[in-house]
Amino acid sequence: MSAMRHLLGIGELGHDGLVRLLALTDHMVEVNSRPVPKVPALRGRTVVSLFYEDSTRTRLSFETAAKRLSADTMSFSVSTSSVNKGESLRDTIETITDMGVDAFVVRHKSSGVPWQIRQWTNAAIVNAGDGWHEHPTQALVDCYTVREALQRDRFDGLTLTIVGDVKHSRVARSNIAAFAMLGAKVVLVAPPTLLPPDIGHWPVEVAHRLDDVIGRTDVLYMLRLQSERMTQGHVPNLREYATYFGLDAGRVARLPEGAVIMHPGPMNRGVEMLVDPTALPNSLIHRQVANGVAVRMAVLYDLLVGESSSASLGEVA
Amino acid sequence: MGERIVLVGGRVVDGAQDRRADVVLHDGRIVEVADTVTVAPGDDVVDVTGCVVAPGFVDLHTHLREPGKEEAETIETGSRAAAKGGYTAVVAMPNTDPAQDSVAVVDFVREQGRRAGLVEVVPSGCITVGRHGKALAPLAELAAAGVRIFTDDGNGVQDEMLMRRAMEYGRGLGITLAQHCEVSTLTAGAVMNECKCCTSLGLPGWPAIAEELMVFRDIELSRLTGARIHLLHLSTARSVELVRAAKRDGLPVTAEVTPHHLSLDETRLATFDSVYKVNPPLRSPADIAALREGVRDGTIDAIATDHAPHPRRDKELSLDQAPPGMIGVETALGVALAVLDVDLGHLVRIMSVNPARIAGIDERHGRPVTAGSPANLVVFDPQATWQVSPDELASKSRNTPFVGMNLRGRVRHTIFEGRFTVRDGEALR
Repeated sequence: MSAMRHLLGIGELGHDGLVRLLALTDHMVEVNSRPVPKVPALRGRTVVSLFYEDSTRTRLSFETAAKRLSADTMSFSVSTSSVNKGESLRDTIETITDMGVDAFVVRHKSSGVPWQIRQWTNAAIVNAGDGWHEHPTQALVDCYTVREALQRDRFDGLTLTIVGDVKHSRVARSNIAAFAMLGAKVVLVAPPTLLPPDIGHWPVEVAHRLDDVIGRTDVLYMLRLQSERMTQGHVPNLREYATYFGLDAGRVARLPEGAVIMHPGPMNRGVEMLVDPTALPNSLIHRQVANGVAVRMAVLYDLLVGESSSASLGEVA
Repeated sequence: MGERIVLVGGRVVDGAQDRRADVVLHDGRIVEVADTVTVAPGDDVVDVTGCVVAPGFVDLHTHLREPGKEEAETIETGSRAAAKGGYTAVVAMPNTDPAQDSVAVVDFVREQGRRAGLVEVVPSGCITVGRHGKALAPLAELAAAGVRIFTDDGNGVQDEMLMRRAMEYGRGLGITLAQHCEVSTLTAGAVMNECKCCTSLGLPGWPAIAEELMVFRDIELSRLTGARIHLLHLSTARSVELVRAAKRDGLPVTAEVTPHHLSLDETRLATFDSVYKVNPPLRSPADIAALREGVRDGTIDAIATDHAPHPRRDKELSLDQAPPGMIGVETALGVALAVLDVDLGHLVRIMSVNPARIAGIDERHGRPVTAGSPANLVVFDPQATWQVSPDELASKSRNTPFVGMNLRGRVRHTIFEGRFTVRDGEALR
């Protein structure tokens, strides 16, 4: 299996690419468990984080991953850049490319930006979230986390229930594709206003009441509800949303034995999360964050090193 | 008096006749149309065998960008592009800066058109001050200054009461109100058609009903007020149905479609190439089929380009920020003939005769090719196939979506006010 040129979306990665990256993540988890969790694999390579939209964990996770692989990192954010002066995407990408860059990690509020910019650089591009469209490394993190927790490579027979604002969620889109590829059944639960139009062609089942499906859920995936959805009329108010779609103690109790709880963060406590998830034994939320670094190491390694030199995972000299 | 131009061997098509004939032009007019004509010494004789000789095309929907956005296009470059596309008149859309809501700006646009001298630039006027949708523009003053067609294009007039007033007031002036049909509360942030494709691409959707609601509203307001209305760049099957029903009822309603809505569908957005972002958005194959049927059966009166130049740097923004629009005056004929199943007489009606009437310039454009008519003509080869190469475009902008498409029908010559503006495919000035 060949290494990737870019990581743009789960669909383009495909089943084999997904499985390869999950296996490679195992190696990175091992690296991270060493006393000195750092390898020289990407020494002399430069990774630029290009964040046009705020992010805390994804950005830190990528930068930590790059540093553990000994890459040099540069960071670009919209508030400190010339983008506010009307610089085109192309000019920004070409300018940074001219500095000598091996990979761009890109986050943008508009869907498609990672696809748009690849024509203007020969560097590898990693999609760190584009609009409502894709967040492939989050899906890899989530698949890896379920694989680790349930000790299984395939998800056949598992039901993943995604609750909340699917319409505006890149996490949902990437996870639907990734979990379906690994054999899971995917159920979406949301009021119709928070589902995209015309989803008949998606490999999902749709429900509008969480209580109807929680009893047959193996992986309960809670999405963040942004408060602006209320002002846009998607939901009448947050209290009503919390009542019908929030995770409270009663719903936790109705989950089947062995079911797990996930959230991509940041959580809206009191809205979709009415219990303290850190107090729940079946919460994987901390594992999602921890695995984020290893997964992103695997992605950067696959893009920039590929098959050529697995020896470079040896310890730093 | 200057020399005569003699077009020899062509096929004269003007919507009323379709015959082989030679055409003689002199002093800005057609002076003779006959099976064969006598050539005199000093005549400029042009062999147009195999080509159609037709009244020059009229574009109801051209964004010339001047004043205000000369980086994208000027009245001169847009006029040259239009001439290369076979046009002898274009209606200049009012979303300039300042907007065409005053006699001064309208006069400026017309005068710049005269200076360029490549096509007749026909300024539209705004319906509302600044195109803000809040207060009526001085419609009577603008009408007195020669404006026949009014629109806030780029924006639809959202306020029903204001639109009703515009129609009532406009009826007394004999003007046409042209609507950009878009209920803006339904399209906030939209990038592409609302469809299963937009669902998977995560791009905000522009639902068909946002257009259809305003089409319906304005048809009903026309029924109420008697005002003459024109519906711009219709893009959905249901819009075509609504117009068909309105015409059946005898209402004074006309409609246009663009070459891109007749040829390109929503799946183009899967490339995330901003050249395909346009307003209204590219729709479904079923919509395209309905638009073509609307053209065929006469429900749609005109092909209009919605030529919307944008500089490179603006189209190289993310899809949410990139401005909507495509250029189109140089490719309209080639796209229309490539995708439409209509005879050449009907093509000339929808590209010239009907738009000239809708724009209120049918004394000068869209005339029969007969002695006495003004010499505003296009000569095109209906069989020529070609592909557009962006570097050869006369427009100042390059945002054409038709690269790589096989076009059919190419303009050889354009004659405006008795002089060649385009000869052998090249602009002469």
